[in-house]
Amino acid sequence: MAKQYEIVIGLEVHVELATKTKIFCGCTTEFGGAPNTHTCPVCTGMPGSLPVLNQQVLEYAMAVGLATNCEVTRYSKFDRKNYFYPDNPQNYQISQLYLPICRDGFVEIETPTGSKPIRIHEIHMEEDAGKLIHDEWENCTLVDYNRSGVPLIEIVSEPDMASAEEVNAYLEKLRLMIQYLGASDCKLQEGSMRADVNLSVREVGSTTLGTRTEMKNLNSFKAISRAIEGERQRQIELLEEGKQVTQETRRWDDNKEYSYSMRSKEDAQDYRYFPDPDLVPLEISEEWIARIKEGLPEFRTEKMKRYREEFDIPEYDIAIITEWKKMADLFEDTCKLCNQPKKVSNWLMVETLRLCKERELDADQISFSARNLAKLIQLTENKVINSTVAKEVFELIFDQDIDPELYIEEQGLKTVSDEGELKRVVQEIMQNNPQSVEDYQNGKEKAIGFLIGQTMKAMKGKANPESITQILKEFLS
Amino acid sequence: MSILEDSAIELSKKIKAGEVLVTQALEAVLERIDAVENQVNSYMTIDRDQLMKKAEEIQKKIDSKELTGPFAGVPIAIKDNICTKGLLTTCSSKILSNFIPGYSAEAVLDLESAGALIIGKTNMDEFAMGSTTETSAFKTTRNPWNLDHVPGGSSGGSAAAVAAGECFAALGSDTGGSIRQPASFCGVVGMKPTYGTVSRYGLIAYGSSLDQIGPITRTVSDCAVMLELISKHDKKDATSMDRVALGHDTDFSNALIEDVKGQRIGIPKDYIGEGVDPQVRESILKAADALREKGALVEEFDLELVEYAVPAYYVIASAEASSNLSRFDGIKYGYRTPEFDGLHAMYKKTRSEGFGSEVKRRIMLGSFVLSSGFYDAYYLKALKTKALIKESFTKAFQHFDLIIGPTAPTTAPKIGESLLDPIKMYLSDIFTISVNLAGLPSISVPCGIDASGLPIGLQLIGDSFEEKKLIQAAYTYEKARGSFPSFAERNIDTYGKTI
Repeated sequence: MAKQYEIVIGLEVHVELATKTKIFCGCTTEFGGAPNTHTCPVCTGMPGSLPVLNQQVLEYAMAVGLATNCEVTRYSKFDRKNYFYPDNPQNYQISQLYLPICRDGFVEIETPTGSKPIRIHEIHMEEDAGKLIHDEWENCTLVDYNRSGVPLIEIVSEPDMASAEEVNAYLEKLRLMIQYLGASDCKLQEGSMRADVNLSVREVGSTTLGTRTEMKNLNSFKAISRAIEGERQRQIELLEEGKQVTQETRRWDDNKEYSYSMRSKEDAQDYRYFPDPDLVPLEISEEWIARIKEGLPEFRTEKMKRYREEFDIPEYDIAIITEWKKMADLFEDTCKLCNQPKKVSNWLMVETLRLCKERELDADQISFSARNLAKLIQLTENKVINSTVAKEVFELIFDQDIDPELYIEEQGLKTVSDEGELKRVVQEIMQNNPQSVEDYQNGKEKAIGFLIGQTMKAMKGKANPESITQILKEFLS
Repeated sequence: MSILEDSAIELSKKIKAGEVLVTQALEAVLERIDAVENQVNSYMTIDRDQLMKKAEEIQKKIDSKELTGPFAGVPIAIKDNICTKGLLTTCSSKILSNFIPGYSAEAVLDLESAGALIIGKTNMDEFAMGSTTETSAFKTTRNPWNLDHVPGGSSGGSAAAVAAGECFAALGSDTGGSIRQPASFCGVVGMKPTYGTVSRYGLIAYGSSLDQIGPITRTVSDCAVMLELISKHDKKDATSMDRVALGHDTDFSNALIEDVKGQRIGIPKDYIGEGVDPQVRESILKAADALREKGALVEEFDLELVEYAVPAYYVIASAEASSNLSRFDGIKYGYRTPEFDGLHAMYKKTRSEGFGSEVKRRIMLGSFVLSSGFYDAYYLKALKTKALIKESFTKAFQHFDLIIGPTAPTTAPKIGESLLDPIKMYLSDIFTISVNLAGLPSISVPCGIDASGLPIGLQLIGDSFEEKKLIQAAYTYEKARGSFPSFAERNIDTYGKTI
């Protein structure tokens, strides 16, 4: 019988923090900008410049640590990781090795067989490097230090995951938590969240770990799943052939669905880590930790629980709305203004998500206000406008956050409630469409739809469809 | 008497009184430089094009009473590892031979806003690694007291410039004695403040946890005033301390009081024991007597662990240096080898050609002690030693207000003698190094001249933040000692080759 294998996976997740300025200087972290314009002597490694820690980075790192049940290290230090590469202007990266800011945490993930804790070994703070750009035309390599010094945290898990599903659940859990904290936008595609996968295989029942490889360059959830499957197979094939797995770093090529060896452990560099003498040790008080704890937001699990109690909306709606903090906030704020949870939920789940998709936006990029959505819901409820008009107006709210009341007034979109006027138009339509009238009277009930449509068209959409139907039926019978 | 013989404070007084113009002071200095610089070689760069214009601007501000401070109008020099905007800053290294900073060090900005006139940048041991200024990639600075001898180092150019009358005061930097030892060899005053007192922003790092900028001057008063101008809490330097918030003000000029009555002063036995030149020992004991006569209680004691200071220092300073100097790679600024094949060859050739042998020795030493498998045995052990040395001083300061001893075990050696035996050179830093490891303030004041006509320096060491005690004792001693031969007196061909 063939041997049965299982995989053991640990993750190293890099998250770019959403601070306005860099980790050790006052330069903006804004993405884009002409090369080397978001730089200063500090983030370009000029002689004599010195780093000073951005306190917001420390607070975000502590918050992520507390949210993932870590111990905050009361006496923490920065270390230098020494290696030569042009994207690293000092030729050392300021990171944390000996005393990382957070240790020994866990997050619970949901799996088909119930929830499972994934332990977190540590979280440390570090600076990002610049970017090398190869100029084919001039045949030279240029370096852009705009990204140099952008703050990162690295979340290192224990090898507690056993499948691609668990890895994705873990990443999804981290993403949501960190987004809820506002500490990062966590976009895998854009690189603000990056995951390296440490994977080994072993025979089912074995208690020792196999030799692991580290896989880099995974920039989507799908790529991670494919890479895990690919690496699992590669390692099992090696073992089946009686060969050894080499401890090495591999680069995943998602197009070819294969990983390539980057460097093995033997030629791993000695980074000569030592405490950075330019930065003072961080001494973190109980009060400070308590203050960060107090500032932690309500996370998704608790939020879902509260929604079940507070709002009369289906579980399905709750799951979708709480997937983005922005959406959940908007939901709650709008409900406060109009007290129509199901209506609010519908607008968010259907129209909002449809427009997000059309505009290629993420749900956390929604920019309209609760006030205007609440007004729109009121206007519809009070039958000031009909649902067709409401959808049109909503699109403008979504794009420009217009005030629906003003807009409807200005554009004259109010539903015509003058019954005399409506009756006059209905009669006119009936006269102009004798065939449809006849069809209806001969039992073709569908013909009434055409007449409603024609009336609505003549009213430029400003009529209540129910009133039209009622009047039509009156006249037709 | 030439105005060049005035102290910085005296000169500034005359300028503010309208007796001397800033341009006249500048002209006197430039004349002196023209006369002696080709023998002394104090300077790396002299800012000739800008000086007259700058002197006139300062004069205007003095006339309009915008500048009233004690250094207004005073020509000074800056060690070449301290960044000066628009002015070549080389660290006396080929690798930075073309580096013009786009910013000035915080200490430079402070002196400029006080109206000091920066004449130029002074020669030094390459990246401050050395005790003789001979490791400079460009020139050998000579001791103005005897041109066959070194001026000391690494701030040898600054000390020689002050001693030769090529400026009134200068900034140096001190990692293991690099201000005090050259001050001692050149017969001038030099002070290293408590770590964290002067911002390191803009000081090109050698051993970051030990480096401090400090003054080199002709008198203790100039030293106190100059240090006062550059001491402050700087948010751009995370290791800078808010002294005022910690209850230690920086009004150092208030400590210029002639009084040491009741001060308990300790002399570590090792500081006057074996290995110390008898003439140096005699001079220090004489200085101790002078302080006794002024009412101080001086006694000898055992300062523990002194013998471990040198090895601990070379491990820590070299480890930090190996990392600090890795940014000099030919990519962004400075020297790049003209021909290379690929990135790694560029790194290797640039650094092989750009650094001198002493710098390479310390980079290798530092890389070794930080490498995997050796970190605990060397680097961590050195850090523990550093902590123990600090403790040893703390213990001593429970009994004493101050500690005194020689700044260096000998007077200035001959040019060419020291580099042949680096271990011997390293050991000659024994009395200054422990002070940096403990982060303490210390001052060197001229206290005698040996038989060959070379000056001897008295080192006074204080507890952390006790600069005022230190300055008061140094000032009292200076007064008790009486006048010390100035360069002008030496000019009268007293010592043969002396200028």
